[in-house]
Amino acid sequence: MTALSKSWERAVVPLFILVAWEIVSRSGLFPVALLPPPSAVLHSWGDWVFGYDETTQANSGRWLADALSSATRVAAGYAIAAVSGVLLGIAIGWWRWVERTIEPTIQMLRPVPPVSWIPLAIIWFGIANKPAIFLVFLGAFFPILMNTIHGVKTADRNLIRAASMMGATEQQLLRHVVFPAALPSIFAGLRIGIGAAWMLTVTAEMVAVKSGLGYVLWDSYYFLRYDLVLAAMASIGLLGFATDGLIKLLMSAALHWQRASTLQSREG
Amino acid sequence: MAAIELKNITKVYRDAKRKRDLLAIDDVSLSVGNNEFLCLLGSSGCGKSTLLNMIAGFETPTKGSVTVGGKPVDGPGADRGMVFQQANLMPWLPVWENVAFHLRLKGWRKADRRAAAQEYIDMVGLQGFENHFPAELSGGMSQRVGIARALLLNPQVILMDEPFAALDAQTKMDMQEELVAIWQKQRCTIVFVTHSVDEALVLGTQVAVLTSRPGRVRELIGLDLPRPRDITSPRFNDHKRHILNLIREEGLQQRQQVAAA
Repeated sequence: MTALSKSWERAVVPLFILVAWEIVSRSGLFPVALLPPPSAVLHSWGDWVFGYDETTQANSGRWLADALSSATRVAAGYAIAAVSGVLLGIAIGWWRWVERTIEPTIQMLRPVPPVSWIPLAIIWFGIANKPAIFLVFLGAFFPILMNTIHGVKTADRNLIRAASMMGATEQQLLRHVVFPAALPSIFAGLRIGIGAAWMLTVTAEMVAVKSGLGYVLWDSYYFLRYDLVLAAMASIGLLGFATDGLIKLLMSAALHWQRASTLQSREG
Repeated sequence: MAAIELKNITKVYRDAKRKRDLLAIDDVSLSVGNNEFLCLLGSSGCGKSTLLNMIAGFETPTKGSVTVGGKPVDGPGADRGMVFQQANLMPWLPVWENVAFHLRLKGWRKADRRAAAQEYIDMVGLQGFENHFPAELSGGMSQRVGIARALLLNPQVILMDEPFAALDAQTKMDMQEELVAIWQKQRCTIVFVTHSVDEALVLGTQVAVLTSRPGRVRELIGLDLPRPRDITSPRFNDHKRHILNLIREEGLQQRQQVAAA
């Protein structure tokens, strides 16, 4: 199959949804203000990005700044979550005493929805980047941690035996055997984590921050600008899609050795 | 001095569920000289792998001592090479990196590791597959990598735990031949665990026939058959008949014991 017909396949469902939506919206079934057609959303989105006719008023031409401030929060919180989640996950998965001492606490914190931390986050960090970064961290940390633990615990014992037979120290086992063996799981966690990170940035921006895509979304809701609400939602979706794509790219580079043996390699 | 000394090895497993002790190995003593090729022959559950794991340092005897090159074994280490039943290659590393894994641990530079690996890759006949990943290899090729990896340690002794058990008959014969050639060239000591009488007789300079539950050495047989060994020769078959008789007697005794108990 050619590359062109493949990308066509990807576009079929979104195109169908857009066309159906446009038709429903223009049919007069609902007030246009409540469900603006994609064409109107696109128009407002365009002005938000490029600022050509100020239909979005104060937001006109501010998209890049908004997207960047959201993305920065995601990047900061996610990076902290990734590093700490992987390191702690390896420690919990490898050393029984770490598991015994730390895991119960973590398992108690895990079911607490990150959103419920918002009041504390605001008292502790004020209204700025920090509470949002903290929330992103909370959202991304647990899936990364849990998957890392799982990856370490399911690492093939025989590989560890083989490596210790070649004189590997404990630290070398962790670095040269356990970490690479856990990498497929770690990446699964990283991919779940990036989705959670975007969700929580937007949530934090609705409540605790005065900039970013989530802030524009919530602010537009107060002014009944549903076209902008939809444009903000689409922006978040697109950015989330793009960052996930980035992680997938990283993953296929790091896990290229899997290609010959897994379903990933299946064509068609 | 013997390369490997097993002195009065006894292994007792605690069966926690049934609250009783299980005698797995009962007073086994074996001495393996330099450049010997010892085959530990026995049925499954006779403790032959446990004995090998004690020499490797993965398990400790309940009583008795294990020494390799005069030094007591206190854990796994690079002075002994081990080839496992499954090749146990790092799936994320290409063939040459797997062969040179020991050098990676020692912090050698990539170019040096690559050069050092080549000698052993050539020795096991894997030229052209240096950059393949384990998932792209057949079972026989994977075991070749495992053997090359053990040889690169340049160990005094190589321990092999049924390395050819999962291979097809033709591949198995080729691998046995090559292993003997490598052993003759490298002048190392090999302890080889197998449940196949033919395999033990094709490979070994000595065959230790083990009884099962508890594991004991029923007989240590020295083989001075000429190499390459002819599996159809009368002398080969005399040995084979003798060993099969031992095994049959063992089985009979065991069944009688079970019936009496």
